[in-house]
Amino acid sequence: MHEKIDEIFRGFQSKEEELIPLLQRVQNVQGFISVPSMKRIAGFLRIPESKVFSVATFYAQFRFAPVGKTHVMLCRGTACHVKNAPKILEELENQLGIRSGETSGNREFSLETVACIGACSLAPCIVVNDEVKANLTPKMVKKMFRQNTPS
Amino acid sequence: MKHINILIDNIRIAAREGQTVFDAALDNGIYIPGLCHHPDLKPMGMCRLCIVEIAGRGLTTSCTAMVEEEMSVITENEEINQIRRTTAQLITANHTGECFTCKQNDRCGLQKVASYLGIEHNGDKPMRQRKEELLVDDSNPFFTLDMNKCVLCGICVRTCDELQGDNAIDYVNRGPLTIISTFNNQPLFDSACKSCGECVARCPVGALTFKGFLNPSREVRTICTYCGVGCSFYLGIRGNSIVSVRGDRNGPANKGSLCVKGRFGNGFVNDPRRLTVPLIKKNGKFEESGWEEALDLIAGKFKINKNGLFACFSSAKCTNEENYVIQKFTRAVMGTNNIDHCARLCHAPSVSGLAQSLGSGAMTNSIDEISGARTIFAIGTNTTWAHPVLALQIKKAVLGGGTLIVANPKRIDLCSHAEIFLQHKPGTDVVLMMGMMRVIVDEGLQDNLFIDERTENLAPLIESLKDFNLDYVQLVTGVDKDNIIKAARLYASQKPSSILYAMGITQHSHGTDNVLATSNLALLTGNIGKLSTGVNPLRGQNNVQGACDMGALPNMYPGYQKVADETVRNKFQKAWNARLSNKPGLTHTEIVDAIDRGEVKALYQVGENPVMSEADSGHIMQALLKLDFFVVQDIFMTRTAQYADVILPASSFAEKSGTFTNTERRVQKVRQAIAPIGQSRADWEITCEMAKRMGAEGFDYNSTEEIMTEISLLTPIYGGITGEKIENQGIQWPCPDTDHPGTPFLHGEKFQTPSGRGKFMPLRYIPSSEPPSKEFPLILTTDRSLFHFHTSTMTGRITGLNLLDSEEFILINPADADILGIGDRELVRISTRRGSLEVRIKITDVCPPGIVSMTFHFENTHTNLLTSPALDPVAKIPETKVAAARIDKINR
Ligand code: SF4
Ligand code: SF4
Ligand code: SF4
Ligand code: FES
Ligand code: FES
Repeated sequence: MHEKIDEIFRGFQSKEEELIPLLQRVQNVQGFISVPSMKRIAGFLRIPESKVFSVATFYAQFRFAPVGKTHVMLCRGTACHVKNAPKILEELENQLGIRSGETSGNREFSLETVACIGACSLAPCIVVNDEVKANLTPKMVKKMFRQNTPS
Repeated sequence: MKHINILIDNIRIAAREGQTVFDAALDNGIYIPGLCHHPDLKPMGMCRLCIVEIAGRGLTTSCTAMVEEEMSVITENEEINQIRRTTAQLITANHTGECFTCKQNDRCGLQKVASYLGIEHNGDKPMRQRKEELLVDDSNPFFTLDMNKCVLCGICVRTCDELQGDNAIDYVNRGPLTIISTFNNQPLFDSACKSCGECVARCPVGALTFKGFLNPSREVRTICTYCGVGCSFYLGIRGNSIVSVRGDRNGPANKGSLCVKGRFGNGFVNDPRRLTVPLIKKNGKFEESGWEEALDLIAGKFKINKNGLFACFSSAKCTNEENYVIQKFTRAVMGTNNIDHCARLCHAPSVSGLAQSLGSGAMTNSIDEISGARTIFAIGTNTTWAHPVLALQIKKAVLGGGTLIVANPKRIDLCSHAEIFLQHKPGTDVVLMMGMMRVIVDEGLQDNLFIDERTENLAPLIESLKDFNLDYVQLVTGVDKDNIIKAARLYASQKPSSILYAMGITQHSHGTDNVLATSNLALLTGNIGKLSTGVNPLRGQNNVQGACDMGALPNMYPGYQKVADETVRNKFQKAWNARLSNKPGLTHTEIVDAIDRGEVKALYQVGENPVMSEADSGHIMQALLKLDFFVVQDIFMTRTAQYADVILPASSFAEKSGTFTNTERRVQKVRQAIAPIGQSRADWEITCEMAKRMGAEGFDYNSTEEIMTEISLLTPIYGGITGEKIENQGIQWPCPDTDHPGTPFLHGEKFQTPSGRGKFMPLRYIPSSEPPSKEFPLILTTDRSLFHFHTSTMTGRITGLNLLDSEEFILINPADADILGIGDRELVRISTRRGSLEVRIKITDVCPPGIVSMTFHFENTHTNLLTSPALDPVAKIPETKVAAARIDKINR
């Protein structure tokens, strides 16, 4: 991991405004932003660790845990919201036993919320490992994930 | 300060230039609601409660608008009120908690805003965004962070960033989920937080609150008793107990700031373990006695142990008045100059070295000048830990565009603010600085005009620089020569430049040479005798400067007047009506040797714990057993007091009046806040009682003011010090007469040397006395913790400080730990030529390979059993910073 980060740094000049691009690169390479990588970035840019964490948590695009085998993204765009996305989220959290932004202990599932995914006519929708599931109801969500729920 | 006329609600007021409208209004008694503004911080304009209407600009936040000539401001109208009410409702809606039980009740900024705007707390529930209870971070022993009460004003975040430079906290998440939190949402206890409490002191609401403090019934302004920065603070009192502490915004050294020790470390005063009655050792056991019995016993014993048989360790914790009385007692009553104090173990080389080169061994410049330096060269000082509030000035300088150069064998916290870090090997300071001078001379960067007009003896220095070509310097110091060149150029050309140093420079067998290297650097570049420049030894104890000033030194009367000088001696003989010895006395280290040889038989020791603090303490422990009579005067039972024949209970700083002189030579008033605990008495009263019992005259003072009057008559540098003069801001010596304003920086016109010129001193490299060897391959160096002071006799009584720093750890580099096959926190055995101890290790790259580090704060791991007694030949300071050591794995 250390070498990978060093490799990423090679393309940057250690300037404060590179923070977000750096976080993006790290997430692209690692799949998420780990605590050690944030520390390394802070050291590299010579900015406080708390600043890196503050910026990283401000943007919804960043993830702080590796994604699970099944990665669920829930759309929180306006159309989905109007069509009951909050209830879908609640159901997902119940079924998967994790909160938005988390990964289950066994790395089976991860859940995150994202901005409009451009499928508004199918709202509300989620994306499960790149596959869009449309026109959902809480019931459908329950069915979809029930067998996987830790009892 | 220029005045600017503005109109507020059509009333003309005079504002100060550079002020915000918000502050100008406040200064003139006009309240504008607001939550996110603080006068110490940059304007932010977050909460939008403070909007006003400025003619020609419309609605704008008054905390971000700077006053301008003839500006017209309307603070209140229907539109403004409407906006303010909506904004405030949004905040109160998300603010839970019962005001009545809140610690901030009565002082709360939100209460004030809500009541001003007439907002009812429950009328706004629909605007509530957060559903769940947020976390309360209770991990810090001294304060609590409760997000349920936070108004997200960001004052804490900005305090930690702009003022403290620690950046422990920041905003985390966004929108309704936003909170104030640490990196990776760790508890504050595990975060980068230094527990200074500055954010807590500024939080407008009950989100950050102090745990142990109560509202006091009265407050007393006095001076912190820990380090030499000399922060001014208010002790809050109920009955006879300290219940709160608050920084004094008018304090010249601290401007309101305090560190964790000063703010939270005063519980020792009311600690039940305080000594409250005199104790006399009978058949090997201490028994309580009355004052009469104890003092009579002492007077009798001291009478038969006068002159060379007697010695005294005075105290850098005591007031000036007390040190004066104690040295007067030693000289006039006991007939000897055998008096010294812990300065011998910390800054004796500063006194002896700078006296040679500059004529005065104190910090040349003032604390608040540091932030004005454009280059700061901090060598051998772990400032953020040992002088935390002074370190704020360094951070301020860097924030303002100045450059910090840190030279230290260890990667200390200060490095994170530094542009250049010179990680030189312990004991190679002379080589490093001579290397820098070589660059300066080779590149012609010296200040020729200054050298011509103000200095002497340049040629021998230049001659001695020949030995220091940069390849050699790089080899010896281990520092890349390019960095040395960069540092030298910056120091010489980006002026004003200031040198700060502490015990990393002095505690060496060549400590005096190290000190002289710093003054050479300053003289060579003209960085002395001017604002924000200078050679600045940071003194450790609250009154170590004063103890030196008062002549608790074997060769000096008060005010550095030499014992060996006949005229001076006659002056004191006349004033004290006593015959005085013209023979300089023994130093601290020499006194211990003389006790060991049976030459000194009686020792009077005030407020010091040399068994823990003296290098190679095995030596002093066996020497003390040889004393015929040993009197210890202290506030707690210490390791050293165990050896005493009589222990006298002294009052702490909170129980007495007098003055302390801080590291910038500022004489400041110490004010009594509570009555003496138990039967304890102020140190000066005790010493005077002894003197009177021995039939001496001149010890019947009625107050500390009377003592100060005598001091000022006999001590030219204190000549103008009067209680009245120092009442508000103290005075920096020299202050020769009552019309003199004091001296913020020294050597402005001439140096205090005989010729009036600053003297260059040629130097050569003398290696430390204990190089690593096959048997002892590591170098052990010593350091301090932020959370403890000296031998922890006071900080060790504070539960919270013990939680934050609970035990000694040997800091060791991962590479060394690998070689030894030891893991983090493993218990190991560390040995030097003098002894060995079992201590846990902490693996960290703060230490480079080959160097390990310990503090000497903990009784159960007695670090000074290990340290080296090798002495500096001039200053007689032991080499506490370098000892050859070995670490062994313990196999059980
Ligand atoms: S206590 Fe001091 S270091 Fe800790 S968060 Fe507050 S300001 Fe920062
Ligand atoms: S904790 Fe206090 S100072 Fe910090 S943002 Fe919240 S209300 Fe403001
Ligand atoms: S910096 Fe020193 S004087 Fe100031 S509060 Fe801390 S210990 Fe006390
Ligand atoms: S709002 Fe959900 S896909 Fe557009
Ligand atoms: S006080 Fe001015 S915006 Fe908050």
